[in-house]
Amino acid sequence: MTSAAFLGLAHVLRRLGAGTLAFITRLGFATRFALAVIRNSPAAVRRIHLTLRELYFAGVLSLIIILVSGLFVGMVLALQGYDVLIRYGADESLGILVALSLVRELGPVVAGLLFASRAGSAITAEIGLMKATEQLSAMEMMAVDPMARVVAPRFWGGLIAMPLLAALFSTLGIFGAYLVGVKLIGIDAGAFWGNMQAGVDFRFDVLNGIIKSFVFGTAVSVIAVFEGYVAKPTAEGVSSATTKTVVVSSLTILALDFVLTVFMFRGLGV
Amino acid sequence: MPDTRLPVAPAASRCPDIAVELDNVTFGYDARTVLSGITMSIPRGKVVAIMGGSGSGKTTILRLIGGQLKPRSGRVIVAGQSVPDLDREALFEMRRGLGMLFQFGALFTDMTVFENIAFALREHTELPEEIIRDLVLMKLQAVGLRGTAPLKPAALSGGMARRVALARAIALDPMLVMYDEPFAGLDPISLGVVGQLIRRLNDALGITSVVVTHDVYESLKMVDYMYFVAEGRIVAQGTPAEIRASDEAYVRQFVDGEADGPVPFHDPAPAYADDLFAHD
Amino acid sequence: MNRSTIDLWVGIFVTIGIGAVIFLALKVGNLNSVSSSPGYRLQADFENIGGLKLRAPVKAAGVTVGRVEAIKLDSKTYQALVTMKVDNGYQFTADTIASILTSGLLGEVYVGLDVGGDTKMLADGGRIGKTQSAVVLEKLIGQFMFSKAAEGTK
Ligand SMILES: Nc1ncnc2c1ncn2[C@@H]1O[C@H](COP(=O)(O)OP(=O)(O)OP(=O)(O)O)[C@@H](O)[C@H]1O
Ligand SMILES: [Mg+2]
Repeated sequence: MTSAAFLGLAHVLRRLGAGTLAFITRLGFATRFALAVIRNSPAAVRRIHLTLRELYFAGVLSLIIILVSGLFVGMVLALQGYDVLIRYGADESLGILVALSLVRELGPVVAGLLFASRAGSAITAEIGLMKATEQLSAMEMMAVDPMARVVAPRFWGGLIAMPLLAALFSTLGIFGAYLVGVKLIGIDAGAFWGNMQAGVDFRFDVLNGIIKSFVFGTAVSVIAVFEGYVAKPTAEGVSSATTKTVVVSSLTILALDFVLTVFMFRGLGV
Repeated sequence: MPDTRLPVAPAASRCPDIAVELDNVTFGYDARTVLSGITMSIPRGKVVAIMGGSGSGKTTILRLIGGQLKPRSGRVIVAGQSVPDLDREALFEMRRGLGMLFQFGALFTDMTVFENIAFALREHTELPEEIIRDLVLMKLQAVGLRGTAPLKPAALSGGMARRVALARAIALDPMLVMYDEPFAGLDPISLGVVGQLIRRLNDALGITSVVVTHDVYESLKMVDYMYFVAEGRIVAQGTPAEIRASDEAYVRQFVDGEADGPVPFHDPAPAYADDLFAHD
Repeated sequence: MNRSTIDLWVGIFVTIGIGAVIFLALKVGNLNSVSSSPGYRLQADFENIGGLKLRAPVKAAGVTVGRVEAIKLDSKTYQALVTMKVDNGYQFTADTIASILTSGLLGEVYVGLDVGGDTKMLADGGRIGKTQSAVVLEKLIGQFMFSKAAEGTK
């Protein structure tokens, strides 16, 4: 009995060790892959229309979901925020509450999560399917490097799209909060904007938010192209790669957000 | 890479008359050995068929020639260069002179038929748009599908897609074209047309063609030389006339289409009875 | 989707995206206001700064004229040394009084500047002599209770 339990424990430990090792190996591989993408980026600049095309797929096609979500998140924030602030007679601080929440956190993070599931998964599926149907192989045989022709433009398209989407998300959110706070509830418009401007700092809040969205965009784009490129060339392989992109991207965004927040807003006395 | 000079190629491979040479090549995926000592030489300007059962490693041979796979041992020499020893740049340089029709077409699904065929032209040449247009339409006309130029590959039937892929393989007028199952999924009429097309292209442009196929009758009509692959080896070879006359068991099995013979129908596996009663 | 349509859409996307960044910078943030504009520094010592934080506004007559840039404890006097960055457009007299104030009961803490009648103006690095510390609510309540208790025992 005890020897069985011991064997079971050994088994679990072995599994755990193997899993950790596999994870670290994959991380190393992904890093090497990311460097290869960067190395192949001049090709993406030379063929600028390819990158524009990917910017269209990653950016323009994500617009609707980003704008609508931003608007609703802003409106809900305004309702909830007002409900709390009014208890302390601080309802005029609604503008700054909403703006700071959006610009620092919700804009980059929620836009990043939406971007991962809307554009990231599409990128993975597309590259994975191209691999499964030997299109990448065919390209290689035609002496065209898929890294330069397929992967790099998608990476840059995603990287450029993400900060713009995050900024649009925040903007629409603030607009939504304005609609609810000022137009619906009747907070003074001057106080709404004035408090916001007095309390939101360009460098500390807005710029840090933009930096966050850049980092998230890079992470999601790398993960998306990587998962697609290493997907098993089968239907299940592509579908599991797509799922993985969404899961891994989301967790990465949240973890990075924590790390970045610690660095950015430390020592502010906040 | 350390400077490991390649062993000097044997006399035959430096001879300009040989386009492709495989010398005692072995290869396997992971633990599974697929090729165990393949030797073949493909003369310049000829149409050579590689025949063999399903899973015998024909596609693998083409990938070795194209440098997508590296042999475990043996030499792969294309136009006098040892393919496994080429660095990436040299490999890509070599591939520009190479056309390949993939077994499953591998058309780019996000581009139209026209864009598919124009792809290599756009990537590797600076030709003006009108000339690209003319070239693409010429290739499409050759496979009888000029009307499909604006369609996406998804809108094509299997046989049509294969012909488009064929047109794409020859878009750059390569010196060596490898066709992986060009006849699969074609109706008897297009089958004959494609067979003749391969032959005509070969003769008119002086290219070398490697045709992987199951179709003995069609290949007997159009090729110059045939190799039969089974169990990772070349089991028979010869000109069509020799093949027709041959009474080697492998060849007869193929030509006559018999299920039983030296080429096993079954993939290697434990004895059937053992598998069935394995749960006991 | 042909190339010029894609170009058009991408152009629209990038334009509104950059528009959003500009909106966040100017309308939401304060890129166009004091904190990023060139300014000069003033210092003031306080007995107690209460809940004053970095980047808190510095106001004169309710108008934000600068921000708190640094807060330190002077190791000799044990007073809080507050450095403020004030917009170049504003000048303050040498006898200006700096106070730590709170907007509303729970509102933000800021430094208020009350201008005196002196003709001399404070220059860069100038020190504000007269200061009024934060009103610490707990202390007030403590004093109030103490005096009430004293009354009760009489
Ligand atoms: N990517 C791969 N990984 C592992 N094994 C593979 C892989 N590709 C092919 N094989 C194995 O290698 C063997 C030869 O495959 P190959 O594709 O060369 O066969 P083929 O002769 O082209 O067959 P077919 O006529 O059916 O196309 C098969 O047994 C197959 O199981
Ligand atoms: Mg095959």
